[in-house]
Amino acid sequence: MRNESRVVDSVECGEVRTFKTKNKTFKMKKNIFVVVALLIAGVFSINARNLEALRINEVMVDNNSNIIDEYGQHTAWIELFNGNFAPLNINSIYITNDSTNKTKYAVPVGSEITTMGKRQHIVFYADGNPTLGPLHTSFTLVPNQDNWIGIYDAGGKLLDAVVVPASLGSDQSWARTEDGAEEWIVCTPNDAENYVTPGSANLIKDTNPRIESFATNDPNGFTMTLMAMCIVFGALLVLCLCFYVVSMIGKKTARVRKADAMGVHVTEVARGDHDSGEEIAAITMALHEHFNQHDNESFMLTVRKMKRAYSPWSSKIYGLREVPRRR
Amino acid sequence: MTENFFSQNLTRFWELTGFANAEFGNFVMLAVGLFFIWLAIKKNFEPMLLVPIGFGILIGNIPFNTGAGLEIGIYEEGSVLNILYNGVSAGWYPPLIFLGIGAMTDFSALIANPKLMLIGAAAQFGIFGAYMVALAIGFAPDQAGAIAIIGGADGPTAIFLSSKLAPNLMGAIAVSAYSYMALVPVIQPPIMRLFTTKKERLIRMKPARAVSQNEKIIFPIIGMLLTCFVVPSGLPLLGMLFFGNLLRECGVTTRLAKTASNALTDIVTILLGMTVGASTQASQFLTPQTIFIFFLGFMAFIIASSSGVLFVKLFNLVLPKSKKINPLIGNAGVSAVPMSARISNNLGLEYAPDNYLLMHAMGPNVAGVIGSAVAAGVLLGFLA
Repeated sequence: MRNESRVVDSVECGEVRTFKTKNKTFKMKKNIFVVVALLIAGVFSINARNLEALRINEVMVDNNSNIIDEYGQHTAWIELFNGNFAPLNINSIYITNDSTNKTKYAVPVGSEITTMGKRQHIVFYADGNPTLGPLHTSFTLVPNQDNWIGIYDAGGKLLDAVVVPASLGSDQSWARTEDGAEEWIVCTPNDAENYVTPGSANLIKDTNPRIESFATNDPNGFTMTLMAMCIVFGALLVLCLCFYVVSMIGKKTARVRKADAMGVHVTEVARGDHDSGEEIAAITMALHEHFNQHDNESFMLTVRKMKRAYSPWSSKIYGLREVPRRR
Repeated sequence: MTENFFSQNLTRFWELTGFANAEFGNFVMLAVGLFFIWLAIKKNFEPMLLVPIGFGILIGNIPFNTGAGLEIGIYEEGSVLNILYNGVSAGWYPPLIFLGIGAMTDFSALIANPKLMLIGAAAQFGIFGAYMVALAIGFAPDQAGAIAIIGGADGPTAIFLSSKLAPNLMGAIAVSAYSYMALVPVIQPPIMRLFTTKKERLIRMKPARAVSQNEKIIFPIIGMLLTCFVVPSGLPLLGMLFFGNLLRECGVTTRLAKTASNALTDIVTILLGMTVGASTQASQFLTPQTIFIFFLGFMAFIIASSSGVLFVKLFNLVLPKSKKINPLIGNAGVSAVPMSARISNNLGLEYAPDNYLLMHAMGPNVAGVIGSAVAAGVLLGFLA
């Protein structure tokens, strides 16, 4: 009889175990899949975010007396701007002057100079001679005609494009009003306001405009105080309201559980009835006193011999010789 | 020839010593450092902070020949002290401290009584009150913002914000913030007595309800999402604060919570305190601006404590009689955890020996931590 029951038990357990193991394996696989998917999504989103802030910032088509390249030549140039607040390696991107040929010039891999610092600029020379270095493109720009310039990421996605107008004169550049801004203007070398700035910020600021604005418009700080206190109060008020809702849900759940435990209908449990820590402690103490109960112990006592080699470092004698500290 | 060589080297050695390079300012700062150490050891004023800061002041004010290229000064790039100082100048020590604070803090009192959060918000008026005074004295808005954050009574937040808005004032701001935090037991009680009546001090508050584990887990998640959506610039502080609290409350990362609240916090506190102290070199610290910063910090503490107490009085006007709040917990809205809550409790016990306010005061106290981080985020967002 015993044997039979054992056989039945072992078969049932075996099936359950197999099912559980399969279920567990399936869950594990599912978890791994979710984690891998999230990681891939994260990596792609990081890449996308970084390169999306790359901008064509300033272009000069007809360079007669402006900057020279490392070989002393005056050539057309294209300035890119890294709008990120983090360094950006652009060695995977394409620069082109032909919208039908996205991969005309690939910024080569393995050069340190193609890593842009945060909010920094890089100048490419459009001289049609890429063998001169990683900053020399395989195409040129043609004066007195519209020049389309585009930059693409490694996947062929357009990051930025601009049409440089044919009206641009000699040594004039077509530049954004400010780094990364939407508006473009013509810049002339000796112009007091709109000057050519290869490799540097299109608008050089000597003060922080936000601080200047506060200094001018809010000299006594009332507006700042009002705005900031509203925001601080608003944030904590929303948090406060959220936790009223959470605590109400918590109380309701507790009432339902309490009703279930007592075997009565939910409505019979008083509204607003809550268990404070003090009440719980008082009830526990009362029960303890009434039943004089202790936790069940195993009633087993084990004495293990601790083997420890003598060492003066662990000796109590040395430890006790320390003079007690007077307070 | 040998004699000449001997004397030349001795002269050069003399030129390198602290005695040859000492200036009056160095001795003043050494005295300040010794005073801080004395306060910490003898008076037990914030010893965990004042001992590292005090000793850091001694380290930072040992005179040496800066032209010798020894690479030992805290402002000399590549020196050991400079590498350690990076956590302060780049602002990554304070978020790590906030991680530890989150892992140490029990938000139950706040979750059980969410309206106490508003007291934490009201006390932040100390920051903006000091901002207005700083502007009136003649500080630029960014400097005024960095100084005013002292009113938040939160050392890491003050260091974080000043490292972004006014790095040149950071040493004075940090020392001022920690000094006043140590002096909270001296500054706050007179203000609390001044603005409350005897009847108000005797108000008894209902014991807080027990908070479920689920609520404790939800709090850091919702708290982080809400506050950081409102003020993303506070993300480093608020994110780490709530992350630390989730480690503590979720129940499955006990080891991580223990490390964050003990070993990690201790290590960062040592490095932060020591490097902040060392950054107060006489040439940078002993300026008229420092006196103004200390004055403004004092003002900020007074305004913050007063506004917390007065807000509770105002709040009591709309609360039913059974739910009135004892205004003695209003001072705890500044985020000096848990000193200001302890002061509320002690003062409450002074007037009614069985009126324990500690748990109630912990609510606004931890709300003050959140509030000051939000305020820092606001200032950073507007002025950075």
